[in-house]
Amino acid sequence: MAKKLRKKYISSGPMPVPKWENVLVVGAGIAGLEAASQLLSLGYKVTLIDKASYAGGHVASWHKLFPDRTDASSVITGLLSSIAGATLLLSTEILSVHRLGEGFAVVLSGGETLYFKAILLATGFSLFPAEKKEEYGYGVYNQVITNSDLEQWFNEGNDPRINDRKISSVGFVHCVGSRDIKAGNPQCSKVCCITAVKQAIEIKQHFPDAEVWCFYMDLRLFGKKYEDFYISAQKDYGIHFIRGRVSEVSEAIDGEVIVKAEDTLNGRPVKIKLSLLVLMAGIISRNDIQPLAEDLSVMMDSDGFLLSRDNITGITRSQRPGIFYAGTCTGPKTIPESLAEARSAAIDIHNYLRGL
Amino acid sequence: MIYQGKQKIWSDYQKEIPDDHWFYVRSCIRQNFFPASEKYFLGICRDMLGKDIYETEHHTTCGGIAYHSDTIPQETAMTIVARQFALMTEAGYENLVASCITSFGNYTETLETWHEFPELEERIRENLWKACRREFKKPRYVAHASDLIYKFRGEIAARAKYQLVDRESGEPLRVVEHIGCHYSKMFPHKGVGGAEYPCVLSGMAEAWGGKVIDYPERRHCCGFGFRQYLVKANRGYSVSNTHKKFESMEPFHPDLIITNCPGCPYFLDRWQYVISEMTGKTYGENGYGIPVLTYEELAGLVLGIDPWDLGLQIHQVAVEPLLNKMGVPYDPETKYLGLDRKDIMKPGLPTFLKCC
Repeated sequence: MAKKLRKKYISSGPMPVPKWENVLVVGAGIAGLEAASQLLSLGYKVTLIDKASYAGGHVASWHKLFPDRTDASSVITGLLSSIAGATLLLSTEILSVHRLGEGFAVVLSGGETLYFKAILLATGFSLFPAEKKEEYGYGVYNQVITNSDLEQWFNEGNDPRINDRKISSVGFVHCVGSRDIKAGNPQCSKVCCITAVKQAIEIKQHFPDAEVWCFYMDLRLFGKKYEDFYISAQKDYGIHFIRGRVSEVSEAIDGEVIVKAEDTLNGRPVKIKLSLLVLMAGIISRNDIQPLAEDLSVMMDSDGFLLSRDNITGITRSQRPGIFYAGTCTGPKTIPESLAEARSAAIDIHNYLRGL
Repeated sequence: MIYQGKQKIWSDYQKEIPDDHWFYVRSCIRQNFFPASEKYFLGICRDMLGKDIYETEHHTTCGGIAYHSDTIPQETAMTIVARQFALMTEAGYENLVASCITSFGNYTETLETWHEFPELEERIRENLWKACRREFKKPRYVAHASDLIYKFRGEIAARAKYQLVDRESGEPLRVVEHIGCHYSKMFPHKGVGGAEYPCVLSGMAEAWGGKVIDYPERRHCCGFGFRQYLVKANRGYSVSNTHKKFESMEPFHPDLIITNCPGCPYFLDRWQYVISEMTGKTYGENGYGIPVLTYEELAGLVLGIDPWDLGLQIHQVAVEPLLNKMGVPYDPETKYLGLDRKDIMKPGLPTFLKCC
């Protein structure tokens, strides 16, 4: 059987790809970079645009990546080196898109109009604005920061909210704005649990004498080595895991914060005084994606992310010919998932263009 | 504390409060607990500011206490509310202002429920017609009386004879503000400042010269909580809630507590006596308690109304330490004389709580 398939593949052979077949990749985060790299290696001309003034998306501002504590910057550097042949336009947005025959005429914010045979949307996600969960006091209490703020501190080390006080106890609140119907985001952010475990370990490494607490609804630790990481957090670092949601945060007279939660395993309320509280802001859809989706006539899903043609076999395909998806524009994903999806999308685009 | 963070939240929760022409509904219990509060609300709004505030003797209970005590079903409570709306409609008013927080919550909950379930509104209209042949228009605006005093806080400050300032030290008095649960915890957008950091009372305190204390248990229930007190077996919960609040605010040395609910000032006031008898502990200076005032009483003091005309002698906790700090004159000899100079009798003294 295998011989037969191999023979069939060799006999049909890859079709020659004309160089003029341009592909536009929207979003220069990890999915966009990886897809661009794969499309280049398949022989396409790739234009990669991003609203931001830098490439790498959210990962560019992250410090270390779970589960091996890989340098985030090395991942971005590696991806950037593989797109040397692409046209990378930063601080660039799409002003309008028009279907033109089998392709698209795209007007960019620079004023130029470019023509593409296919468009890959790798527009990524937004972090939930933690100040919306008013009861947690982000933006009201100095001692309350987000997962993103903490990564920035790991990178730069200059956040006065951390530097200006003795850190003797730190709390992490999981699921801030995710799995939260009242916040309008029922979806699980997928990466927050393991990110909290990673950040809790890193905090413990910075402040070995600090007591560290994680407040969670469920621990959704499903990836390779995640469980090991979680066990290590408890066994090697003594991090406490409390199953229960935080109800409110307030400020004590000494400048620390008091966190009230319910310990649902012990069946009792808990009240803990903390030097620092880290809110694990969840992954939500970008609020600026809807106008682009309307321009492209692609549909949004009920969770605000882009709607795939099929969530099992067609996750990288839109309902419109020539428009494809990769990464977190269709929902929360881990970095390996986003990268794998980017490769998959590149193959999908390749097959689509061969069939034109 | 990031004050700008609070201001940002406050700016998100500003409600429209019409300037004039209100149909006023009194509280069932406030006239017993704080005999002059409603009188001076009308005095400030009608006589001092010249506003049109109408009330009718046909007004009854809103049914809120019975509803929250699970002794009447919601439909009955709604029919009572519908009758109040009918009285308002018959009097030619569109704006309804409630003296009681639970009434305000009850009116708001009824309107919100009808908004979600219009068929229920139709049924209640039918019930009301069958019961008393009345019809009604829904109010355009529902406010709590503290919303109006908040709106007019600047006018009151402009006419102030005394400020919330320690006349000896020149420092602002430290004010604990306690908001009734039914003001904004059910519908945050219906309260000035929202649910987490409401500013309806803090706005008054600051406008009149005071400094608001942000203590850890400021959101906690006063101790009334309906079933905590109304069910006799639960009264331990009631006093322990109040005790928790006083323990939390004690390190901030508050000079007074301002409230906007019928139950809160009563329980925060009376339970100070009970706690002192149970534990020997008092929370004010030199063996006194912390004076607890309604917003009308505080506005009255600021405007120079005689403390005994405001009914402050009815409070359990002596208000004299506060009057001394503010420089408000008072005659100790007339404290327990009624309006007709009749002796209303001096109460017995507690064991520990100093009461002048």
